[in-house]
Amino acid sequence: MAERSFAREVELLRLTAGEEFRGEGILAVTKALLQSGVAYVAGYQGAPVSHLMDVLADAGEILDELGVRFESSASEATAAATLAASINYPLRGAVTWKSTVGTNVASDALGNLASSGVKGGALIILGEDYGEGASIMQERTHAFAMKSQIWLLDPRPRLDSIVTAVQQGFELSEASNTPVMLMLRIRACHLYGSFIASDNRRPPFTAADALAAPQRDPSRIILPPYTYEQEREKTEQRWPAAVRFIKERKLNEFIDGPESELGIVLQGGLYNGVLRALELLGLADGFGASRLPLYVLNATYPLVEEEFVRFAAGKRALLIVEEGQPEHIEQAANQFLRRDDLQTKVLGKGPFPMAGEYTGPVLKEGIRAFLEEFGPRLLNPVTEQPLLPAAQLASAVPERPSGLCTGCPERPLFSSLKLLQKEVGPMHVSADIGCHSFASLEPFNLGASILGYGLGSAAASALHTRGSKRPLSIMGDGGFWHNGLTSGISNAVFNEHDGVTIIVDNGYAAATGGQWIPSSEADAPRRTARLSIADAVRGVGVRWVRSLNTYDMKDTLKILREAMSTREKGPKVIVAQGECQLNRERRTRPLLNRLRKTGKRVARKHYGVDADTCTGDHSCIRLSGCPSLTVKPNPDPLRRAPVAAVDYDCVGCGVCGEVAHAAVLCPSFYHAELVDNPGAIERFMQGLRRVLIGFLQRRSQRKRAMAW
Amino acid sequence: MVEGETQPRVFKLAIAALGGQGGGVLTQWLLNAAEASGFIAQATSVPGVAQRTGATLYYLEFFPRAGAEAAGADPVLALMPQPGDVDLVVASELMEAGRAMQRGLVTRDRTTLVASTHRVFTIGEKSALGDGLADSETVLQVARATARRLVALDMEALAREHRSVISSVVLGALAGSGALPFSGEACEQAIRASGRALERNLAAFEAGRARAAATAADPSSQSAPAPAEIASGEAFDPVPAPQNPRAKALMARISSEFPSTCANVLGIGVHRLVDYQNHAYAGLYLDRLLPILEQDSAARQHTLLGETARGLALWMSYEDTARVADLKTRAARFARVRAEVSGGGGSGGELMRIVDYLSPRVEEICGSLPTWLGAPLMKWSLTRRILQAFTGGRKISTDRFRGYLLMRAMARTRVWRLSSLRHREEDARIREWLDLLAELAPRDYGLAVEMAACQQLVKGYGETFERGLSRYRAIAETLPALKRGADPASAVRELRAAALADEEGGEFAAALARLCENHPGDAPQNAT
Repeated sequence: MAERSFAREVELLRLTAGEEFRGEGILAVTKALLQSGVAYVAGYQGAPVSHLMDVLADAGEILDELGVRFESSASEATAAATLAASINYPLRGAVTWKSTVGTNVASDALGNLASSGVKGGALIILGEDYGEGASIMQERTHAFAMKSQIWLLDPRPRLDSIVTAVQQGFELSEASNTPVMLMLRIRACHLYGSFIASDNRRPPFTAADALAAPQRDPSRIILPPYTYEQEREKTEQRWPAAVRFIKERKLNEFIDGPESELGIVLQGGLYNGVLRALELLGLADGFGASRLPLYVLNATYPLVEEEFVRFAAGKRALLIVEEGQPEHIEQAANQFLRRDDLQTKVLGKGPFPMAGEYTGPVLKEGIRAFLEEFGPRLLNPVTEQPLLPAAQLASAVPERPSGLCTGCPERPLFSSLKLLQKEVGPMHVSADIGCHSFASLEPFNLGASILGYGLGSAAASALHTRGSKRPLSIMGDGGFWHNGLTSGISNAVFNEHDGVTIIVDNGYAAATGGQWIPSSEADAPRRTARLSIADAVRGVGVRWVRSLNTYDMKDTLKILREAMSTREKGPKVIVAQGECQLNRERRTRPLLNRLRKTGKRVARKHYGVDADTCTGDHSCIRLSGCPSLTVKPNPDPLRRAPVAAVDYDCVGCGVCGEVAHAAVLCPSFYHAELVDNPGAIERFMQGLRRVLIGFLQRRSQRKRAMAW
Repeated sequence: MVEGETQPRVFKLAIAALGGQGGGVLTQWLLNAAEASGFIAQATSVPGVAQRTGATLYYLEFFPRAGAEAAGADPVLALMPQPGDVDLVVASELMEAGRAMQRGLVTRDRTTLVASTHRVFTIGEKSALGDGLADSETVLQVARATARRLVALDMEALAREHRSVISSVVLGALAGSGALPFSGEACEQAIRASGRALERNLAAFEAGRARAAATAADPSSQSAPAPAEIASGEAFDPVPAPQNPRAKALMARISSEFPSTCANVLGIGVHRLVDYQNHAYAGLYLDRLLPILEQDSAARQHTLLGETARGLALWMSYEDTARVADLKTRAARFARVRAEVSGGGGSGGELMRIVDYLSPRVEEICGSLPTWLGAPLMKWSLTRRILQAFTGGRKISTDRFRGYLLMRAMARTRVWRLSSLRHREEDARIREWLDLLAELAPRDYGLAVEMAACQQLVKGYGETFERGLSRYRAIAETLPALKRGADPASAVRELRAAALADEEGGEFAAALARLCENHPGDAPQNAT
């Protein structure tokens, strides 16, 4: 990771047997990997698994000691392909990314990996970005597991359960020669808890061993006739082996309860939520004892038919608690019971909604609905208080969408685009994934579609006709290196596309936490960075390439105008540069503090708005959207609209002043320069100015006072 | 645990915060304090991109370790709050408290709500063309009615006062509320152990604790002053007593010729215009209001007069170059800048420079010249083109000699203001507006009041000014059509709201079209 240090977290990775680990779920996974003798780890950052990558990137020393290879992969496809090392060698490997978006990117490699099968344990750790706070389209990873025959673990959200699942995942993978997915929901990744650590294990077999004695087995290659054989192997050998492992090692849990006529089948990841819902309904205690029998699926694929049938036998009805759609587990359950001719009713979607996260209230209401039909005597009469405030507050509480940070270098770019639209009229803007996605929200409202990471340019491919207004695509530097260079830029060169692509070059994978990327400017340990985006673009044949500094809006507008109108054929690429402010602050703040303390001159700017000349129209806010540019009550008793104001978080980036100039807005903006440790001459001049100008000011003040 | 309770319970705490407010640090402090006090502690959150200035929720559960040992089992702790099942909710911003209540997390039977009363306005509120701020008072009222106990204080102000971060104050407020299952000392210890910016964080923590404890003890102090601060001031404080004989004469005119209910606003108007130009100009202001007064009556509380007096004072003190330069060079303004920029956190630093951002257009340059010069310059394309060279963004260091003198020179152009091109234009518009009001008042008083209020559309500079003016004109031109409708006054009110609804003018055009439906020939052309 870039500017933030994970030294404290790295120390957690050194804990030895018997010591207590206290920290986040995703860090527990990281520790569990080292405890499992993993030989290599790779992945692509993204919430909620970024910290796994960040911490390992800072843990070079530990990884060296253990002989573990770690890569920040170029994409999820690269990460998935990395698992190829486990096809021929008994190497345990783990990869991670955000799902389902990352799984989509990786699926080519994953499908082939699953067909070849693995010798060493291959674990795919997925941060399931579903439900509240998710930043991607809503899909399930479950379907990938089914289509490729990859096993799927969904452990209870407790740190020790998660750590155990990592260990079991490797073993399951090896026992069934199949890669295994370990799925963790967002909250489980960010869950703070504890578990008792074990010692880290050096991998018994290493990459060096593999390279010293290379192995090759034609039957593992994805070509006919082996592919047919591999599919047969999947269903006839690997699947039964996995089911056997899950059964024998008791991955799934049966929790008995006195109400044996009914039962709940649940994904392990929803265990805590279900138990809390039962507790609130008076059907469980706070320690996991439930009146209804529970069947907890810590392995959600493959399902174990025999276990299902055993659990369902003698029950009137089962409730399947399965988040997301389609309802794969419910469908399978129905099939199992039909095959075994059990008459137990199966309910799932119905009491529960088909779409959306199973939040606390959804779980409680779903179980209540199930019991109203099958066990009304178990329900207490509803005594809950009416939840009054919702209606009263509906109109009072405004939405608070995410936006670009204070000082973000992307803000002046989008302000410039807004101004450009005033000149040339509305444009088709193809947006991309990254912080710049927020430009599609208020106040910029730019962007007609988002098709995937790095696909901003590709998504404008069809919109190309000679002589019409050019489509504009946005792409982040992260997306560019991920795939945009080929999927977007060289595709546009090859097909003589005439559109304009802006590559937002802020120096980091900013939206995922500020990780290094190939074009990062700083000295990244163990990485080769500082690659030039402009050179790369020229290298694939783009002739019209311009770089600009986004804070210089005048220049930005000039280049944008030129891009929209130039006679040059082929794609027009603008590299819009400006370092991510969050990371810049992390980088420079300690430096400036040190200078300040040692008595060196340090100047900083702070912007402001004169309340007595601001008339409260807020054009500036609509053009910039800076969180620090806010409003306050109008000090003028004759005016009603609040005036614009700059708050104390201002970092002095200067965009509001630039916007006021570029849009010819109003004369209310000013900036003040504050200097720590000014020099003697500077101090003297300032004193002189104060005296002289102060004299003039007092004179006119007196005059004004005399008029009243 | 609360004494006397037999069965240990899970303590549930939700933190409603904004991305960037340090909710993660606060959560870690609470976890450490809880664990040090003998609790099993769990926390979750949904950060990710929501962190970027959006609303975020952290959720914590604590269970006494001794209780778990006695039961011989671990408690099952949940990862998200259940409506109606939360003991303590803390919101580090007022609307986030509202959002937490909307989610049903605050209930009368058990929830203590600790809320900061300050506002971080949302982009929707800030973007409005006029006043788009949400109603804080509603949220506070609902909070008082919904929470078992409300502890409300301005945490942001305390953080600023101690040059610390809001998370320290929030932790202090939680400790001071007495609603945590562990001691304030444990919280303080957690801050100490984290070791960064210790002094300031501890001072902010202590301030939050003391304020919350006082608020908790005295429920009457809970009606925090924040809402009053937020509401735009309609408070007409009287102007200072005049010393100058001519100013005295003007104030005397107000008390002798005008109703006392409007005295304050008229006083402000006169004071403003003496400051803006001179006594004669302020006298003209009063003269212009006399015909309006004639049409008004005490029975109507002189609503029209008040509204016209307010708008006229603003219109007659239109912001031209001289006015802007004058205001920017005043000593009081320098002092205000100094206070504003050095009031925040971070290091003090000495103020070394004030740089103003001006971007005059040809219109402003010609407008500030005498009419005989400005009008032809403005008309001829050649001179316009020459003047273009002097337009565009200018940065002027107003606190340095050159910048100050340049600004003062611009301010001095007010000596010929009344014969300037801009003044001729504004003066004509003002007279037209006043004539219209005087004409409307006897026939439709309500309509006249609404038209008087339309002055607020004409504000700002450059494009903003032109947009507002053109919408004002469109309304005025639609009047004949509207007057044939059933309720022209509400039609004008509706149009005014639409004119402030969006910058592009979509809603305004739609409203115009809707209201002129029956009289298609009357719709003004090119109204944007």
